[in-house]
Amino acid sequence: MLADKDRIFKNLYGQHDWGLEGARARGAWDGTKGILEKGRDHIINEMKASGLRGRGGAGFPTGLKWSFMPKESKDGRPSYLVVNADESEPGTCKDREIMRHDPHLLVEGCLIAGFAMNAIAAYIYVRGEFIRERERLQAAIDQAYEAKLIGKNNINGYDFDVYVHHGAGAYICGEETALLESLEGKKGMPRLKPPFPANVGLYGCPTTVNNVESIAVAPDILRRGAAWFAGIGRPNNVGTKLFCISGHVNKPCNVEEAMGITFRELVEIHCGGIRGGWDNLLCVIPGGSSVPLVPADQIADAYMDFDTLKNLKSGLGTAAVIVMDKSTDIVRAIARLSYFYKHESCGQCTPCREGTGWMWRVVSRMAEGRAQKREIDLLLEVTTQVEGHTICALGDAAAWPVQGLIRHFRHEIERRIDDYAANPHSDRVPVAAE
Amino acid sequence: MAVRRLAPAEVQPKEFSFTAENLAWAKTQLEKYPDGRQASAVIPLLWKAQEQAGGWVPEAAIRYIADFLNMAHIRVMEVATFYTMFNLAPVGRYHVQLCGTTPCMLRGAEDLKKVCHRKIGEQFDVTPDGALSWVEVECLGACVNAPMAQINYDFYEDLTPEILARILDDLAKGKVPPPGPQIDRHFSAPVGGATTLTDPALYATAPKTAGASLKDSKAKKPGAAANVREAAVPAGPVGDSSGKRRK
Repeated sequence: MLADKDRIFKNLYGQHDWGLEGARARGAWDGTKGILEKGRDHIINEMKASGLRGRGGAGFPTGLKWSFMPKESKDGRPSYLVVNADESEPGTCKDREIMRHDPHLLVEGCLIAGFAMNAIAAYIYVRGEFIRERERLQAAIDQAYEAKLIGKNNINGYDFDVYVHHGAGAYICGEETALLESLEGKKGMPRLKPPFPANVGLYGCPTTVNNVESIAVAPDILRRGAAWFAGIGRPNNVGTKLFCISGHVNKPCNVEEAMGITFRELVEIHCGGIRGGWDNLLCVIPGGSSVPLVPADQIADAYMDFDTLKNLKSGLGTAAVIVMDKSTDIVRAIARLSYFYKHESCGQCTPCREGTGWMWRVVSRMAEGRAQKREIDLLLEVTTQVEGHTICALGDAAAWPVQGLIRHFRHEIERRIDDYAANPHSDRVPVAAE
Repeated sequence: MAVRRLAPAEVQPKEFSFTAENLAWAKTQLEKYPDGRQASAVIPLLWKAQEQAGGWVPEAAIRYIADFLNMAHIRVMEVATFYTMFNLAPVGRYHVQLCGTTPCMLRGAEDLKKVCHRKIGEQFDVTPDGALSWVEVECLGACVNAPMAQINYDFYEDLTPEILARILDDLAKGKVPPPGPQIDRHFSAPVGGATTLTDPALYATAPKTAGASLKDSKAKKPGAAANVREAAVPAGPVGDSSGKRRK
């Protein structure tokens, strides 16, 4: 278990003052000027050395991402930092805690990251539903302006503005280019890449989009040193991570833990165990709804990190651990996720727009058993036709949960089909696809 | 994709314009974005229009905002129909957005749907007194406090059918219960107390004045310093003030 002194988010549960005074007492805004004075290259090299992998789901090295930004503007275009606070991945609720309970870590991180990439301003794109969190974040930014920590002629010596922007309930805006479109006042439809945002991003200017958690941990990494952060966890999967454990555990909670803690430790120490005991565990979605589920026997003693879970054909994603016990109707649970992706598809690419609805209808039928066994393979084939054939990763994200279901619970679907066939029903009149 | 259409012409008001206060606020929003990029403010402005119009976006507001931002009407129409938080038809004074996605479903959101059906009716039906309406939405990002619902601006977490029924009854009478977890629990900490952050040395340097924790039920007082709080009121979001510093 991670020692309390190694935790970055010391006010995760909002037991203490979220304001500037409280944040300073916990170490925020300490020596920020000194960090900036060490220079841009030092910051980026430290971030690279720390081994921090982006906390938004993909796990791309943060320092490397920052280094893609142009060192100086050759054509007069400014650079921007955009913080992705459009936290909507089912199971994930970590950025919300940072914004409402430790917002100064994020504001300080914006200044440091903005300096490292020579940006003139940061836009923090908060999901529309987080209204109170947005107010809290704005209040923290106002405090920082009043204390002259950010803004023009601030005491840290780098002119930098931080703005809060918000969305209005579209999951797809968590995709970085859709977020930029939305921030420009358009529908949140992802852009083709290349050009990548580091060349052509917000308003056509070089832009880096980072997750809230990636930005909020940066000041502490630079204060305590890359070696400290890199010393926690397992090789290539280092540092601390906010885990959100939801579903069928005795005490669901958010907790900051070392990367590479085993699933068993995570649940036993912080969540009071699985509801009904470990024998009652059915499966786990370890990284938010977009990653395939992992059955109980494989996950129980697995390390919760990027590489281990990838080897289990799943992923750490946002570390949103959704636990399901044996009372779960697993096919319906995945069908509900398919509905989510159908609802949230932006409609730009045909495979996703049509495929998500198709997958939802078929999985829903399978949940009742109202299907043919050959349709299982057909469904699997359709998921592979959606996956990788869309502009953004929402198509992949919609396909993976269904693939995970078929990979591990094909027998359950077949059993339902058999049950349904053995018990004659008066079939509903088929309706045209909506 | 969800099919979203404007409300029928009968319920659409003829005209819409911002109140003087909202107009002034809207102008400060434009300051956040570079010159010529005022279209960026379209979502915040539509949201403000929705607040002013009583929880939904009339067609007249879409036209008004398009003209205000110098955008084509169709561009704002696209935005209003794309983003699902914009209600395109009137809703109740207390609009319940019930999360139905898998993490909430695992912990009993389907029973909560039955409560909403019983107390309110079908989705988007408004009760005859105009107090309540509900809709099932996708993940609201409070999964460790599942099941939950957002009612106007606030999250009500750790619900049971009984608790939700009580909240809906209270709201119908005009009484707003305190938001946040509805069981004995501190935000997203585990029930029964946190397992981490218990080392007092972490907070040894904290000044005495910073001791009291601020609950979400205590909203920030509009215009007041950020650490001054008042009792929960279902008020709109406070105006952003960052914009004025740009120039």
